[in-house]
Amino acid sequence: MSSKKLIPLQQVCERYEIELSFIDTLNEFGLIEITYVEKNQFIALEKIHEIEKMIRLHHELGINFEGIDVIYNLLEKVSNLTDEINHLKNQIEFYED
Amino acid sequence: MSFIDYYKILEIPKSASEKDIKKAYRKLARKYHPDVNPNDDMAKKKFQQVNEANEVLSNSEKRKKYDKYGKDWEHGEAYEKAKQQQYANREQQYSSATGNYSEGDFSDFFESMFGGARQGSGRTQQKFRGQDFNATLQLNLLDVYKTQKQTLTINGKKIRLTIPAGVENNQTIKIKGHGSKGINGGPNGDLYITFHILNNTNYKRGGKNLYTKIELNLYTAILGGEITIDTLSGKVKLKIKPETQNNTKVKLKRKGFPVYKKEGAFGDLFVTYHVKNPTNLTNKEKELFNELSKLR
Repeated sequence: MSSKKLIPLQQVCERYEIELSFIDTLNEFGLIEITYVEKNQFIALEKIHEIEKMIRLHHELGINFEGIDVIYNLLEKVSNLTDEINHLKNQIEFYED
Repeated sequence: MSFIDYYKILEIPKSASEKDIKKAYRKLARKYHPDVNPNDDMAKKKFQQVNEANEVLSNSEKRKKYDKYGKDWEHGEAYEKAKQQQYANREQQYSSATGNYSEGDFSDFFESMFGGARQGSGRTQQKFRGQDFNATLQLNLLDVYKTQKQTLTINGKKIRLTIPAGVENNQTIKIKGHGSKGINGGPNGDLYITFHILNNTNYKRGGKNLYTKIELNLYTAILGGEITIDTLSGKVKLKIKPETQNNTKVKLKRKGFPVYKKEGAFGDLFVTYHVKNPTNLTNKEKELFNELSKLR
């Protein structure tokens, strides 16, 4: 059984002053995952950082949910490319010696 | 403190309308927001400048003052004293018009504009995420052969850090919430640590694998034998096959470098044999080599 820490969704909404519908939409877009325990909704503690980021993107930059999805996909690509560049740089150093 | 051209920062002309300012701010904020530019110092700096420019130009009072003094902001106070009486009168007018303008606000004008304080704007205090910190940590290759704990002091704060074995050169790891404190209850920034790994060993590192060269004397290469070599996990005995050629490579499984965040997993060690021919041959040796050559 998974031992991940969960936070009640209600608590997350109160803390960040957001509507429950905001989280529901993020869930519908597959950006976050809501865990159900005996009909209560929870968010994994480890995902809170991601939710904070999505709230900021939405509220500070006015980015809609489709936009957040696109940004997340692109950021993942950037991260993978950065890793690849790093790996290739190390390989070049290896052959330059 | 040097003059900051807020119009230039927002890429708008001085005649820009409120709508233009808002539009320019939103566009640049989307471009430079730290969440869409992770680990990018330049973008972070730009975002701060854009925020500051917007703070001044989107507020009609601040914008008026900024436009009035412009590049001469440093002389603003002296200029102000000279025209004290005139301003006192004008203040009265502003007070009646906006209801939130006072002598106190005015004397702090430059500080509020250039120091980033958000006074008298009449707007709700926004939550801001704290700044991310970036640090570099120089380690030797042997330091990252095993997972180790280190205590770093970042901005006077001690941070206990676990450096996983197998971390790569130039790899950056994020320590969540160890950046600057959030503003107005916003979340803390993160700490990014980039590792610079110096390799002062006889091994070349290619990801999880290690590569080394071993000199083999001619007789062992031809007749075979046993040698002992050093690896990062200790000495290893190797059997040399008879008639081993120069540049022969052998792979020692799991004798390479630990795989990052995969406990117990190791790469391989590749050993290349360099057959070293004998020098300063004696007459007897030359004679024997001659004899050998005749046999082929």
